[in-house]
Amino acid sequence: MLGQIISNGLLMGFIYSLVAVGLTLTWGVMDITNFAHGEMLMLGMYSAFWMFQLYSIDPLLSIPISAAVIFVLGILIYKLIIKKVLGGTGLTALLATFGLSMFLKNLVQYLWTPNYRYINGAIVTDNKIVIGNIILGMPQVVAAIGSIAMTLIVIYFMNKTKTGKAIQATALNRDTASLMGIDTGKIYAITFGLSGACVGVAGALMSSFFPIYPQSGALYSILAFVIVALGGFGNIKGALFAGLIIGLTEAVGGYFLGTQFKYALVFLIYLIVIQVRPKGLFGW
Amino acid sequence: MLKVKNLKVGYDNVPVIFDVSFEVREKEVVSIVGSNGAGKSTILRTVSGLLKPMNGEIEFFGERIDGLRPNKIVERGISHVPEGRHVFGKLSIKDNLMMGAYIIKSEAEKNKKLSEVYEIFPKLKERENQKAETLSGGEQQMLAIARGLMSNPKLLMVDEMSLGLAPLMVETVMQALKYVSSTGLTVLLVEQKVQEALEIADRGYVIQNGRMVIEGTGEELMETDIVKKAYLGL
Ligand SMILES: Nc1ncnc2c1ncn2[C@@H]1O[C@H](COP(=O)(O)OP(=O)(O)OP(=O)(O)O)[C@@H](O)[C@H]1O
Ligand SMILES: [Mg+2]
Repeated sequence: MLGQIISNGLLMGFIYSLVAVGLTLTWGVMDITNFAHGEMLMLGMYSAFWMFQLYSIDPLLSIPISAAVIFVLGILIYKLIIKKVLGGTGLTALLATFGLSMFLKNLVQYLWTPNYRYINGAIVTDNKIVIGNIILGMPQVVAAIGSIAMTLIVIYFMNKTKTGKAIQATALNRDTASLMGIDTGKIYAITFGLSGACVGVAGALMSSFFPIYPQSGALYSILAFVIVALGGFGNIKGALFAGLIIGLTEAVGGYFLGTQFKYALVFLIYLIVIQVRPKGLFGW
Repeated sequence: MLKVKNLKVGYDNVPVIFDVSFEVREKEVVSIVGSNGAGKSTILRTVSGLLKPMNGEIEFFGERIDGLRPNKIVERGISHVPEGRHVFGKLSIKDNLMMGAYIIKSEAEKNKKLSEVYEIFPKLKERENQKAETLSGGEQQMLAIARGLMSNPKLLMVDEMSLGLAPLMVETVMQALKYVSSTGLTVLLVEQKVQEALEIADRGYVIQNGRMVIEGTGEELMETDIVKKAYLGL
């Protein structure tokens, strides 16, 4: 039984990680609080849903589509909102993205109703993997594998490519980065796009086994904030491991204490870690 | 090559540079000297596009560059090594240098620049894979200058390179600058250490409270009363 719970927790943990990796790019690396991160995830789920509904494209195949859609959305959010408030105090960006988050939720509710939507009959649906007495749902397994793959792509991009290193340099010191000839405005836009691509992928992966509705991104976004802080701001590997810890805590805690307490336990773990390591598990 | 005319710059609309004009000619080493808060860094930040002038013109090879964004100014051939070094501490030494070569497209040319700066600063090559933050202050200054050379600039501007360095280290860094200027690079130095800066300069300017007060060759300036009294303690 415990094996089953731990497996479920780990599978969920990988998805949490990917959502948190997206957030750590903007919040941790660029130091911009994007409260609309969860709504970007929600729109990623909807884009997979509509691809399925309108064009019968399986969520697995629409991963690159929703990644691209939310990548563009991320860039737009940067250009239309973040860029305008960047010079102001941290609170300005916070309020602006909070407003955006409300706006997106309401817009989606207005356009597509508050009803729960499900994707029925995706390729992965109803398939299982049985290992001994542990049963793993295929949608969850595929989502975890997809999340790991996307996280690895982001880690590779950040550490091995010229643009990834320019993102790091811009995060470390924006003015000095611009003295290197880096177009820092473009770097910020790309970072937001990449953050969007992460939740676009996560949204498509989750769409085959989670209800899709205007609020569906909210919880994951709160968890992502906790995970980013737990893993250490701006640390992508930190977000990966912290996501797993939260997934496990939630599953194991939910089993032993009852589901109503699982998030309390998540925040308790967070508070304890932050006492011992204020900069997070993998903080600089 | 660089002509600054009647420059006025401020922060939040409060001017700190008033009507400053100066010029740097090709292959020269020019020093702007002055004490704390005189406005030296502000001038360099304006030339490199980090600050917008309230008034005045900046010309580089006869073309106006004031108003361009910093990355465009780097592309024109001006490299600015900022005060306080600002190396990218969490990136490796080699990655810092490669960031310096960000505007260079060809990998071959980047690697050629890399081996050139490693020849000038061999210490950096020995430690190329270590994080920049592990370097000592003097070594970080070397790295900052080396990084500034990586974009293959026509004009290298160095702000306060002696800051926080032991005299021996200042000497080493000065030697390195002398060497790069001997290869034909034009250098604009900004310094509080008046003597050292004027010694290696072909020409210099003295700035006080946001205004240029005198100019001349390095030797001439060291003979003036202003410099002797105010800066050399004679
Ligand atoms: N970011 C800023 N905001 C407001 N005022 C500033 C800012 N930076 C510099 N100043 C002011 O502008 C004036 C010139 O400063 P600047 O840094 O150019 O002097 P400096 O000659 O480089 O001095 P130092 O030798 O100490 O580096 C000073 O009075 C300083 O207080
Ligand atoms: Mg200064």
